[in-house]
Amino acid sequence: MINTMRATALAAALLAATSMSALAATEYHRGNTADPETLDQHKTSTIYEAHILRDLYEGLVAYSSEGKIIPGVAEEWTASDDGLVYTFKLRDDAKWSNGDPVVADDFEFSLRRIMNPETGAKYANILYPIKNAEAVNKGEMKVEDLGVKAIDDHTLEISLEAATPYFIDLLGHQTGLPVHPASIEKFGNDFVKSENIVTNGPFVLAEFVPNAHIKAVKNPNYHDAANVKLDAVYYHPTEDRSAALRRFQAGELDTNNDAPTEQVDFMREELGDQFRVAPYLGTYYYALNHEDENLAKPEVRQALSMAIDREFLADEIWGSTMVAGYSFIPPGIGNYGEPAYADYKDMSQIDREEKALELLEAAGYSEDNPLKLTINYNTSENHKNTAVAIADMWSPLGVEVSLINTDTKTHYAMLRDRQDFDVARAGWIGDYSDPQNFLFMVESDNDGFNYSRYDNPEYDALMEEAAATIDLEKRAEILKQAEEIFMRDLPFIPLMYYGSMNLVSDKVSGFEDNLLNIHPSRWISISD
Amino acid sequence: MHRYVLGRLLGAIPTIFLIVTISFFLIRIAPGGPFDLERPLEAKVMENLNKIYHLDEPLWSQYLLYLKSIARLDFGPSFYFRDFTINELFAASLPISIQLGMSALALALVVGGGLGVFAALRQNQPGDYGVMAAATLGVTVPNFVVAPILTLILGVYLGWLPTGGWNGGAFVNVILPVVTLALPQVAVVARLTRGSMIEALRSNHVRTARAYGLTDYMVIVVHALRGAILPVVSYLGPAAAALLTGSVVIETIFGIPGIGRYFVQGALNRDYTLVMGTVVVVACFVILFNLLVDLLYALLDPRVRYD
Repeated sequence: MINTMRATALAAALLAATSMSALAATEYHRGNTADPETLDQHKTSTIYEAHILRDLYEGLVAYSSEGKIIPGVAEEWTASDDGLVYTFKLRDDAKWSNGDPVVADDFEFSLRRIMNPETGAKYANILYPIKNAEAVNKGEMKVEDLGVKAIDDHTLEISLEAATPYFIDLLGHQTGLPVHPASIEKFGNDFVKSENIVTNGPFVLAEFVPNAHIKAVKNPNYHDAANVKLDAVYYHPTEDRSAALRRFQAGELDTNNDAPTEQVDFMREELGDQFRVAPYLGTYYYALNHEDENLAKPEVRQALSMAIDREFLADEIWGSTMVAGYSFIPPGIGNYGEPAYADYKDMSQIDREEKALELLEAAGYSEDNPLKLTINYNTSENHKNTAVAIADMWSPLGVEVSLINTDTKTHYAMLRDRQDFDVARAGWIGDYSDPQNFLFMVESDNDGFNYSRYDNPEYDALMEEAAATIDLEKRAEILKQAEEIFMRDLPFIPLMYYGSMNLVSDKVSGFEDNLLNIHPSRWISISD
Repeated sequence: MHRYVLGRLLGAIPTIFLIVTISFFLIRIAPGGPFDLERPLEAKVMENLNKIYHLDEPLWSQYLLYLKSIARLDFGPSFYFRDFTINELFAASLPISIQLGMSALALALVVGGGLGVFAALRQNQPGDYGVMAAATLGVTVPNFVVAPILTLILGVYLGWLPTGGWNGGAFVNVILPVVTLALPQVAVVARLTRGSMIEALRSNHVRTARAYGLTDYMVIVVHALRGAILPVVSYLGPAAAALLTGSVVIETIFGIPGIGRYFVQGALNRDYTLVMGTVVVVACFVILFNLLVDLLYALLDPRVRYD
């Protein structure tokens, strides 16, 4: 199988033509959840860090305004027939902000750096499909053994452990962004300081004032600089969503990547189209502890899932900023078809409740012997409301629920250390658009994410089979079987698909809603 | 006097040492660590991270290391803001908090003091009731309510003032946060001043001053107010320390890069060094301001002497 993709000048020209402004110095004030932990791409993990890093750097691939993968520093690439070797052809005119050319060695250096355990890269494991990456990251092999090779200045070869149909999507993640080797050699960890930093993206860092803003200015050395319409981007950390809304209303922010859910009605009324809700690649779920004696019974898990009125949660509690979810994989994901929905998706709530009651009775629970459960959730008004509503939906079944609230770090430390819990809230936003990125969470050897301690050899075997299947249609079928087993066994109860919420001023163009909720500033323009 | 000050400053060292020790061990009790994520780390990576930040060493050795470094006034690297050291973070944020706090304090003193005197001179008259009612309101309405209301009206609807951002401390950006921060203090200062002023106006030395035929101004400002201000001064010590070391609520709502937010961010992110750093800074401020208050007392009250 050969994959080829070309960057055509025409596409770029069309995109450029869609927005017409660009006269005086244009500043884009972008509300962005929180300050990054660091601007060292190899040490970041969050979505709000990615928003900034994607503007500062360009990887082998980049994102269009619709959140689709497009050529970045690599202008084209081919995959070998067995899908194991990718060869990237790098563009001639890619430059670092200091004028150095961007060469294949830079990517070799960068990928070795992120895999080097000394770097302490938190998210390195996302790139484990690269040959020997896992062994290098675990300190079992030398970094030179990593399957990344610069053939010449403009040719990069990446070998994989196994065929990985989502490999190119994976490279779109911030961990795939290059660093400037000479700066790292010279400044060490201080290469990220605004006075030292050298980047190759549409923008370059001008200043970083924690809790105030990050300012990036247009990079004149960027190969597509002619089509970048902004002179400066300010990223404002907007931890207080209500305050961010007021700043948006006052015109101090042009966009914000979140909104206060408790004010949805107000925003719909006052802001109209400027308040945007779009499907997002994520699922809000409750993990069930399969080692708990009550939850070990499949009929109990089914009954609990069945009795939840997901439409109520999504519409009433989350103000329709979420969508009722009857599968673990959100619809619209790449390399897949329709998700494997629960069979009670179209049943009425009354029928479901009745069926759930029957299941619980059959499992031996009654008024005298009620099922007692705890729900753990991390601090947030809406997580609390969701838990209260679910406890209420379970009470007609005779389930007695107590709620346990802790702060986020404590909550996830509890899940990670596999302390005792019955039901725990969690959510997952996909790193790339592929069903594997959801289903891998409950593989029996996934220590980190398999909060439920789900252990099903049949499921694991399907996941392995899918990993070895190159034909995308066949692979999708196998993954669907795995999801059907997931929905039968319910390691997690999927509750809702996330929606992305954005406040986008009428003055902003080039901000297109998309499933990945990726909006590079490169495509943004602002009119007066 | 000098000996007194020196003694007090030396006496502060064990206090700070105790505070550092207690908070160092308390923060470590909290579950989860600075590098915990929803997506867990590879063991080898975690090991390396722990090594870089000395978290792999036994707790007592980390503690000694920390004591050594703060003795050099080096608060260490931040665990969350990994591109900065704590010293860099404080160097940028402390001046902002101090500017904000000083302005609020000055405003509270001038307005609160003025209103207090005004009310005291009109005791049990409509003016007095008006001021006291407003003061009660000022104390009871929390600033996370006042701040959004003020920004909505003045920022969003009228568009007179920016709703947030520091902007290098530009005057327009400072107004709303300073006013919001000062309001509850205005109320407290007004009540305190009124109470002690009423008492002072009835005291013997003021009656004597009146008997001498001094002008109202001399009687009120020089003789009555000087004594009446003492309770306000003793209140100001802790109040100033609290104001100058930042307000979490105000800084978050107005997006101000002060030191107050680091308290909460540090705790939530398990940024051990950041939490410790803010604790030490706040402790120093409290100690310093209590000392200043005591010295001011000596200046204002002839009965107090430190020899």
